Amino acid sequence: MVDVTLERYLTGGIRLLANKTASTEEPILRDIVPPQLVIALHQHGGASAIPIVKVGQDVAKGEPIAIPESPPSAGVHASSSGRVRAIETRLIPTGKRLRESLCIVLDTDGEDRPFDPGPAGAWPQGREARLERVRSAGIAGLGGAAFPTATKLERVAGRCKTLIVNGAECEPYISCDDMLMREAPAEIVSGALEMADLVGAPLCIIAIERDKPRALHAIRDAAITAADPRLKVCEIPTVYPAGGERQLIELLTGDEVPSGAFPYAIGYVCQNVGTAYALHRLATRGEPVTSRIVTVTGGGVDRPRNVEAPIGTPIGYLVERCGGYRDDVVRLIHGGSMMGYTLPSDDIPITKATSCIIAATSGEIRQSYEEWACIRCGDCATACPARLQPQELLVAATARDFDALESLGLDDCIECGCCDVVCPSHIVLTDRFRHAKRLYAEHARRLALSAEAELRHKRREQRLRLSEEGSRAAQEALKAKLRADNEARRKAIAAAVERARQRKRRDVQP
Amino acid sequence: MSEPEFRTPAASPRRFDTAAAPHTPPMRSVPQIMRRVLYALVPAALAYTWFFGFGLLVNFAIAAAAALATEAAILTLRRRPVRRALRDCSALVTAALLAFALPPLLPWWIPALGGFVSIALAKQLYGGLGKNVFNPAMVSYALLLLSFPIQMTQWLPPRMGDLDYAPLDIVEQVRYSLLDELPPGSTVDAYTRATPLDQIKEGLREQRSFREMSASSMIGTFGGIGWEWVNSFVALGGIYLLYAGIIRWQIPVATLAGLAAPALLLHLVDPARFASLTFHLFSGAAMLGAFFIATDPVSAAATDRGRLIFGASIGFLIYAIRTWGGYPDGVAFAVLLMNAAVPLIDRYTRPRIYGHGER
Repeated sequence: MVDVTLERYLTGGIRLLANKTASTEEPILRDIVPPQLVIALHQHGGASAIPIVKVGQDVAKGEPIAIPESPPSAGVHASSSGRVRAIETRLIPTGKRLRESLCIVLDTDGEDRPFDPGPAGAWPQGREARLERVRSAGIAGLGGAAFPTATKLERVAGRCKTLIVNGAECEPYISCDDMLMREAPAEIVSGALEMADLVGAPLCIIAIERDKPRALHAIRDAAITAADPRLKVCEIPTVYPAGGERQLIELLTGDEVPSGAFPYAIGYVCQNVGTAYALHRLATRGEPVTSRIVTVTGGGVDRPRNVEAPIGTPIGYLVERCGGYRDDVVRLIHGGSMMGYTLPSDDIPITKATSCIIAATSGEIRQSYEEWACIRCGDCATACPARLQPQELLVAATARDFDALESLGLDDCIECGCCDVVCPSHIVLTDRFRHAKRLYAEHARRLALSAEAELRHKRREQRLRLSEEGSRAAQEALKAKLRADNEARRKAIAAAVERARQRKRRDVQP
Repeated sequence: MSEPEFRTPAASPRRFDTAAAPHTPPMRSVPQIMRRVLYALVPAALAYTWFFGFGLLVNFAIAAAAALATEAAILTLRRRPVRRALRDCSALVTAALLAFALPPLLPWWIPALGGFVSIALAKQLYGGLGKNVFNPAMVSYALLLLSFPIQMTQWLPPRMGDLDYAPLDIVEQVRYSLLDELPPGSTVDAYTRATPLDQIKEGLREQRSFREMSASSMIGTFGGIGWEWVNSFVALGGIYLLYAGIIRWQIPVATLAGLAAPALLLHLVDPARFASLTFHLFSGAAMLGAFFIATDPVSAAATDRGRLIFGASIGFLIYAIRTWGGYPDGVAFAVLLMNAAVPLIDRYTRPRIYGHGER
């Protein structure tokens, strides 16, 4: 049986306006080639890739332009054909924030000339070789974190109970996974099975939220056609943040990922449907990751839709291809409206972490940041999927009571933003917790430093004491030596005097 | 190979403001919640006015004016934004709950003092909205009850057609409140009557049987006459609050269960010496306590399990005070006592955090 419908619910979570219909009315816009690409070499945690091209060099689409360093890392490829204009540091979006990264600026030639990797592009035999190929092809988590997929698969390989392919897409506005599942279900299923082979998973669950009936239908049909006994398609309730890795595992299996650990520790691995699709393209056609589906939406975009955008496409160009801005855009958001962050400008390129761009108008997003006092209604605690008590965390964060923050589980906050949305006092909770996490890290660092300093001080005292004792002994020895020397000299003098006296006596006597 | 043609990059970049996630607007606000609590009290207020005259409305007006004035004055002294705090409607909710707790026939200075005490002593001295440990309306009610026992126990009989006098109209009510003047030829004693809870308590103390007393005119179909309907409409408002998601089910259900369990059990054991289940649930401030007072979020427990403990304890304490204590009703003292226990309850009922410990 392929189908499973889950009626289990998350602890916590909230129902939100999906805001997804606007961007799902038209098919994915493909084959766009922006005049310039800014391809980041460091799109995720771990190490940056190392550039292997020179300024002025001509490259073809899919040609490696940077190679992965020590894992976790992933290769980077030219997203279109053209000439390298510059290799310089630019501001780029990652899963959680903007940061600076070395980028390859590529002036495209508009031909989109593909690179021929020759026999090196073939899908190799054996798990090790395949994982290495996944790494060099630059496959990374396309759900929004862009974590190198090879590393994630390696960690769980051989002990994987279940591979979870995440098509939940619970964040408002984002519809790139939905559209991909509608348009390429067979490829996603094939990529998912390829992943299951790579990690040796006996079970592969594709989880999709109930509010995507067309995607569910398409994936179901593809799964039935694939007829693999490992495959299950699971319809899950529409609740935010059901698509969060930890929440999805809890929802599907009832298991919880231990605090501070990763899913592989308990035999699970989650992969986004886009990642499965990328793996399929690599395995069947030898194509590395040169593009991803990006949802361009929000009330401020003229024609919201999904675009298959080359990695490095400037966001301004992407919006332009979707009809351009409407007048009253107040904020540009990278990611969904719950966990996404704002961009200061649209002169920023997309990376593998860019699932969605929202050009938001004043009516659809939060604008007033005036707060009332916390009335302890506890709605935040009810909404918290980590089962924290945000109202108590707030008090501890305000007081900078780090012991309380620790025992209340600050580190277990996933920053989903549910508490903010339900708070009737409009308190900016999530951002305070983010700030408290930084303060706590700083506090922990200082504690470690002071502990180290204390140890160093104690050691110094000990050393000084020892050397003092040592020097006292040396002084004694020196004194003894001096005394002995003096004695010897005195004896020598006395002997000389005696000898002189005897000589004198001899001289006096005839 | 020919020189690739460089195309011009896109137009000049556009700049945007930045802000922290989440960007989804909040679902509701404190003033909205407070206003809904006030709306939820409207049916009960109409029922109360129908049965007991305009005293409730007069007391509410005076208490509300005093509460708002006190809040404004103290916030000015504390140099805090005044208008925003007044607009949050929390002082009005406190005044409304106080007015429901007070007897209808009172000189003006008692609700005024009540409004002042609830805001000044029970709320602002703790730091204002959200900081108070005790329910402000109950603090001032308890203080008034202890300070002015005569006035605070002058309750009116419900209008049920068998009164031997005309009930006060709104002008007479206001004249009594402000000028201490009753219609010529009548005294306060002519109007006031002990509440059903008081009468049953006295009667049981005098060894009269509950069944015999419940046949009297003071007891209605299922609770004290008049009071049963006020309680029913309070419960109706409470169900609206549950439906609107303003309160959650744990506290009201636990409070009513905590009151109902001993009432049912002891009434079954000895129906003569212990009042019936419905009498307890539909008399005095039982429903008001369960749905509106114990559920005040600021002074109540905040965890789900904690709310069950908090509510059940209040329910049981109400029963205990009514049955074995010195007062005919015990909602205020039960709530205040459990308010003090909230930090302890919250601390020991925190749910297990995701990913910690055993399931």
